[in-house]
Amino acid sequence: MLDFVMRPLASAGRGTVKTLGSVGRAWVLFAGAAGALRHPGIWGPQLVPQLARIGVASVPIALFIATFTGIVMSLQASYTLTGTIPLYFVGTLVGKTMMLELGPVLTGLTLAGRVGANISAELGTMRVTEQVDALETLAYDPLAYLVVPRVIAGIVMFPIVVLLAMTVGIVSGWFTALQLLDMSSPEFVKGLRLLFEPWDVWFAIIKSVSFGAVVTGVGCFYGLQTERGAEGVGRSATQTVVIASMIILCLDAFWAATLL
Amino acid sequence: MSIRIAELHKAFGPKEVLRGFSLEVRVGATAAIVGPSGSGKSVLLKHLVGLMRPDAGSVLVDGESVPDLGRRDLARFRRRVGYVFQFAALFDSMTIGENVGMGLKRLPGWRADRIHERVNECLALVDLEGMGERYPSQLSGGQKKRAGLARAIAASPKYLLYDEPTTGLDPVTTSVIDELILRMRDELGVTGLVVTHDMTSAFRVADRITLLHEGKARFTGTPAEVRVARDDVLRGFVEGDPGLYYGLQGRGDHGP
Repeated sequence: MLDFVMRPLASAGRGTVKTLGSVGRAWVLFAGAAGALRHPGIWGPQLVPQLARIGVASVPIALFIATFTGIVMSLQASYTLTGTIPLYFVGTLVGKTMMLELGPVLTGLTLAGRVGANISAELGTMRVTEQVDALETLAYDPLAYLVVPRVIAGIVMFPIVVLLAMTVGIVSGWFTALQLLDMSSPEFVKGLRLLFEPWDVWFAIIKSVSFGAVVTGVGCFYGLQTERGAEGVGRSATQTVVIASMIILCLDAFWAATLL
Repeated sequence: MSIRIAELHKAFGPKEVLRGFSLEVRVGATAAIVGPSGSGKSVLLKHLVGLMRPDAGSVLVDGESVPDLGRRDLARFRRRVGYVFQFAALFDSMTIGENVGMGLKRLPGWRADRIHERVNECLALVDLEGMGERYPSQLSGGQKKRAGLARAIAASPKYLLYDEPTTGLDPVTTSVIDELILRMRDELGVTGLVVTHDMTSAFRVADRITLLHEGKARFTGTPAEVRVARDDVLRGFVEGDPGLYYGLQGRGDHGP
């Protein structure tokens, strides 16, 4: 009986200690990375390659997803609205949804997989093969060399990728409306402009900046925490995708509650 | 003494790896620390460059207490120490030349042409001329070890720490690495600390050999003294006799 009560309590206790430990280590890592900003001589040369790897290389997958999201949004809006609301509201729905929600969040979740797992696996492999230790022995601060350029690249490039994805999603929804829904361009544009607010774009940018910081930061954190060889690298990559996706969805709700 | 380790303790959770290890290495000498795999040799070496912090005890190099160095002082201190990793730890996204020149970029006054020249010098010193444009994945195990050594000596360190430099190498390549370690001492005058479980290599390169056993220095002596020592644990390790080493002779139970 005692065991029946104590076992879940002990398990919950261990989980709490582990979570608090992770939060503490993450805090130490990010405080250290903030301090490492003082060494632009170390992170500066790494920045451009990271901007390319994290941002430019992510554009194709982000646009692919945005294209099909726009198509589906347009078709589903038409299905929902036909017979009840004027069809030009398809433009309104596609525009608002792509800007406020699907553009940033779908891109963020996709890049949590592509970018987050990539960073985690790369740094994890460097950790278990002692390359991170080698950096330290060569008088490089690993936070300045590995973490700072990746996080800055995420913060800079995520909004650009998201803006591109939003644009492509809206254009693909527009194209779908013209080709499949018997709508004209003026009708779609009328709907698109109906409830448009410039703030919607700023809202998407703010969200994507936070998603960029989360995906790259979580990837670096789990990568540098990696232990025990290939299995550990795989575990770190998985944890990165899961935790980054969860934080993205929590942040999504947070920004909606605080900024809208 | 240039390296002085006293009463060093380090535990990982309940496992005590070092339990009061002490060692002194004089300037210009090469010391070997021997012991079986998992005995804490690499852990010990990492304390000397501040990659790990001791639970207790002191680590003095050139009179500086390594665990007490701040981030900036540690970076400055590490320029005097070269570290040869067990599996070379070469940066696999860089060429061998870039690997070797990596530490030099952090030194003031080193321009690209000077770095290039020094990289070629170091590669020549470890017999890897012309390999600078290759990637680590294109090298054999022995070549990787030599490239790791070239990277470690590039900034002309005063100390060289070797973590299992001959592990996994064939006897001929092992001899080549041993010769290089001796050249580093004789030609560059560096103070060396080699951790290894390869007794042949230890006898060849070391001025003094220390057996790390149960977290402590069990025996320290010259290679000649080690050869004639009567300590059962040392003899067990040198001769590869688990009965002697684990002190279980006659009980039919050899090994942990």
